[in-house]
Amino acid sequence: MPDPMKIRATTVGDETEVKVLMSHEMETGQRKDGQGKTIPAWFIQNVSVTWNSKTVLSAQWGTAVAKNPFVSFRFKGGAKGDKITVTWVDNRAEKRTDESMIA
Amino acid sequence: MNRGRRKALQSGGATLLALLAANGWLPSARAQSWNKSAFDAHSLGDTMQALGGGEPAQSKEIAFFQTPEIAENGAVVPIGISSSLPNTQAIAILIEKNPNMLAAVFDILPGTEPTITTRVKMAQTSNVYALVKADGKYYVASKEIKVTLGGCGG
Repeated sequence: MPDPMKIRATTVGDETEVKVLMSHEMETGQRKDGQGKTIPAWFIQNVSVTWNSKTVLSAQWGTAVAKNPFVSFRFKGGAKGDKITVTWVDNRAEKRTDESMIA
Repeated sequence: MNRGRRKALQSGGATLLALLAANGWLPSARAQSWNKSAFDAHSLGDTMQALGGGEPAQSKEIAFFQTPEIAENGAVVPIGISSSLPNTQAIAILIEKNPNMLAAVFDILPGTEPTITTRVKMAQTSNVYALVKADGKYYVASKEIKVTLGGCGG
């Protein structure tokens, strides 16, 4: 089971700012190990963020997103205590979902 | 309030949603697909073709922010992109000299600001393209980022 994400959501005026830090190797598939064998690519492919049950951001990623990915964005609306849910799925079909409340 | 009932409704709803999503009946399920040909592409032309767009028009309405001129460590390069093009639908990051150009595509849904920040890996000094889909058309802005230590090496 991968480590949990860190999700911080705060209201800024009439908007909500969401910052997410995920824990993932994001292996590019370009590197070689000590024996000269290619280390297979292992990376998050899909990310979605929902506010209550409405999707506010969805993303597709390649191997070039940095290890332990970070993303931040803003959406209109959102109030203290509303639920923010972030889900990622990687190329091994491993999945992680975490929740946070807007502070 | 009947908390048990609320819980049952929530989990029931979630199961139904998951079922619908698994069968591809929800738009969110389609959005969850991964555009393999776009991420495998090596040139801007091939990437654009895989994304279903033509040659993007240069735009001054797309801006980089919190993005360095020089990245000391190519493994972690912060990129911020904002678009002031009306009806921005998606923002993508492409890195010209990476093995595969396309790094990420963010769908900007209604109510979400056309501004995102993230961190990418860069193999070497390269032009970085901010590709924006707005009102069905593609626009682009670029910025050169110098990398002093590559992020994809062994």
